[in-house]
Amino acid sequence: MTDATAQSPEPRKQSSLISSDARTAKRNAAEKRFRAYGLTAILMGLAFLVVLFVSIVRSGMPAFTRTVVDVEFVLTQEQFDASEKELFKTKAYSNLFIAELQDQLTASGLSIDFDAKAIERLLGKVGGTLREHYKANAADLGKPVQFELAASSRVDGYFKGRVSRDTLQDSRFLMLSDLDLVDALEEVGIIKQAFNWTFVTGADSGVDNPGGAGIGASVVGSFFMMIVVLVLSLPIGVAASIYLEEFAPQNRLTDLIEVNISNLAAVPSIVFGILGLAVFIQFMHLPQSAPLVGGLVLTLMTLPTIIISTRASLKSVPPSIRDAALGVGASKMQAVFHHVLPLAMPGILTGTIIGLAQALGETAPLLLIGMVGFVARGYPEGIVAGFTEANSAMPAQIYTWAARADVSFYEKAWGGIIVLLAFLLTMNIIAIILRRRFERRW
Amino acid sequence: MSFVKLTASALAIATVSATAAAARDNVQVAGSSTVLPYASIVAELFGDNTDFPTPVVESGGSSAGLKRFCEGVGENTIDVANASRAIREKEIKACAENGVTEIIEVRIGYDGIVFASDINGFNFEFTPSDWFNALAPKILVDGQLVDNPNTTWDQVNDAFPAQPIAAFIPGTKHGTREVFEEKVIAAGCEATGAFEAMQAAGMSEDDAEDACLAVRTDGLSVDIDGDYTETLARIQANKDGIGVFGLAFYENNTDKLQVATMSGVVPTTETIAEGVYPVSRPLFFYVKKAHIGVIPGLKEFAQFFVADEIAGGEGPLAQYGLVADPELAATQEAVDGEVVMGKDM
Repeated sequence: MTDATAQSPEPRKQSSLISSDARTAKRNAAEKRFRAYGLTAILMGLAFLVVLFVSIVRSGMPAFTRTVVDVEFVLTQEQFDASEKELFKTKAYSNLFIAELQDQLTASGLSIDFDAKAIERLLGKVGGTLREHYKANAADLGKPVQFELAASSRVDGYFKGRVSRDTLQDSRFLMLSDLDLVDALEEVGIIKQAFNWTFVTGADSGVDNPGGAGIGASVVGSFFMMIVVLVLSLPIGVAASIYLEEFAPQNRLTDLIEVNISNLAAVPSIVFGILGLAVFIQFMHLPQSAPLVGGLVLTLMTLPTIIISTRASLKSVPPSIRDAALGVGASKMQAVFHHVLPLAMPGILTGTIIGLAQALGETAPLLLIGMVGFVARGYPEGIVAGFTEANSAMPAQIYTWAARADVSFYEKAWGGIIVLLAFLLTMNIIAIILRRRFERRW
Repeated sequence: MSFVKLTASALAIATVSATAAAARDNVQVAGSSTVLPYASIVAELFGDNTDFPTPVVESGGSSAGLKRFCEGVGENTIDVANASRAIREKEIKACAENGVTEIIEVRIGYDGIVFASDINGFNFEFTPSDWFNALAPKILVDGQLVDNPNTTWDQVNDAFPAQPIAAFIPGTKHGTREVFEEKVIAAGCEATGAFEAMQAAGMSEDDAEDACLAVRTDGLSVDIDGDYTETLARIQANKDGIGVFGLAFYENNTDKLQVATMSGVVPTTETIAEGVYPVSRPLFFYVKKAHIGVIPGLKEFAQFFVADEIAGGEGPLAQYGLVADPELAATQEAVDGEVVMGKDM
């Protein structure tokens, strides 16, 4: 006996007591494989996201800088009055500016030959900016003012690498010899790159004036549209789902309504555009191209999304909470509004924000109510005007730019996507903060 | 919470009803995507140079624009339709049925239609016959009308390389398509003798003319319903492709495209103005006279558009690629006098 204990005991098995048979091994392998698939799927998704993000940022960042001509300019009262008498006033301003620049360059003793035409080719459409400045600041007349005005799109392309000496063909837009002048002007600091505030704050511009194009006005348009969508679809959607979920009797009629709401969520958005055109513009005579109509159309599109998600979150509130409220004597309405709704709020907010995000990126319905195209009215002059004056929306603006002949608009379309994503991110952050506030645990 | 929402929605409804009565203060334009660039240039300048708000210009094609134009009179309809072709009898009739009886036709200038391919490809020199033999559903081979057997360009013309035929032409809702059919395909139909052969085969003259406009539908010719940017994207994806563009679009993309000559003429604003380059067409916009005086700035916009400073040879439109109309003065007079169509006929 003792001998037996004294003998070194058999080494203890390291593995568990369960000896794995072939079937268990197979099951475990299957699980491992499945995990690998899942991980691959996530990695692939991430990779796509990274590729997308990198390409958006890389193509879009140039839109935030622009090439400007930095020159001191004096406009006298007489010149101002004479220009204002013309039909094509902005052209008169830009001619004055070109003459001034030519004088300055001649005086500075530049070694390169140039003429007024060459300067004109280097400049973008500067007349509009000049006229706007002097109309707003009459005190600046007769005084030297430092201007940073947009260079032409091809000069801009030369700085950003779109146009090179090898690919440039002489045309009335830009001659190869003009690039020597550009290089010389860059050396003395007259032509330089600067942050493109116009892009962030401005409105759309004509196809020959990419330097003056901005997305700011359409951000405002999108903002007013989102206000309309939020103000209309949230109360209507929540009221409808509370009624359907908590009060409505279960019968054929409510079944029919439910089925239809689910169907409505799957209707292509262009259909809502056609509906909007027929009802809001042709029948109700609301203004064309207005964010109000855009918002109404998008409300129709967003409602089903909000109703479905609100009903789901109302359903997920445990029945015990309703029962408890009813048990201590609350009315049905009190139970819903004091207990169920606050608990469902985070879910409702998530649904709303998904609906709004969808609406924000929608172009198709706007196509038919006149918000896609050249809409460049600038900023609305008040809250009501913001809803009713013609304006574009961000996705519509991006679409419009992408279709233009000049490549620099294509770059602006990418830049617009960055602004759109930033807007979306802000919306989501606000939603997350609100959701945190409303979140309750039980 | 619910009270706040209630007030908010009440406010929204109030806004809706308030604006229903408010008048539109900007000119509303829609139509041809060929005219759109010019119209947008003018719209921006109009906003910059006058006290009127910048007009809204939508795209969509000549036919779509004219259809909207003819929907009726009133603030909820557009004021101006852009078109890259003249309005048709059928459309004038449709307009009249909806109460749009007085239409002012304004010709703004001419635009060239060019054939362009990838910059690194073969430099084509086309004739209308080449295009007919490449794109028509039935062509003349050895005196017989047969289903088009050509699939590569060298079968069409010995001077061309063995490059597969892949044509990207404007869709039927574009006015450009009509010009392409009439000035290229139909011209080729007559030049190759197919027109005569069709008549000899028992077709009436009208039927033969219609048959001459047809384009093969076996996939070698692709209709592009979008803008020229889409055509360009297709050519960049398929280097063998040859696309139909407006001259201004090509001139903005000379780093990616090379232009083909037509009957030996290189398309430029000069050759189009002189009438030497065969494939060009006038561009128009149509103004609803009933809206003049109702929509602020409508007449001023039309006058501004055709002013010498804008649409003339030195103006921004010519700078962008429009071929100025030599008879601009007559157009200006017609706009000033609000001369409507059909009255002088």
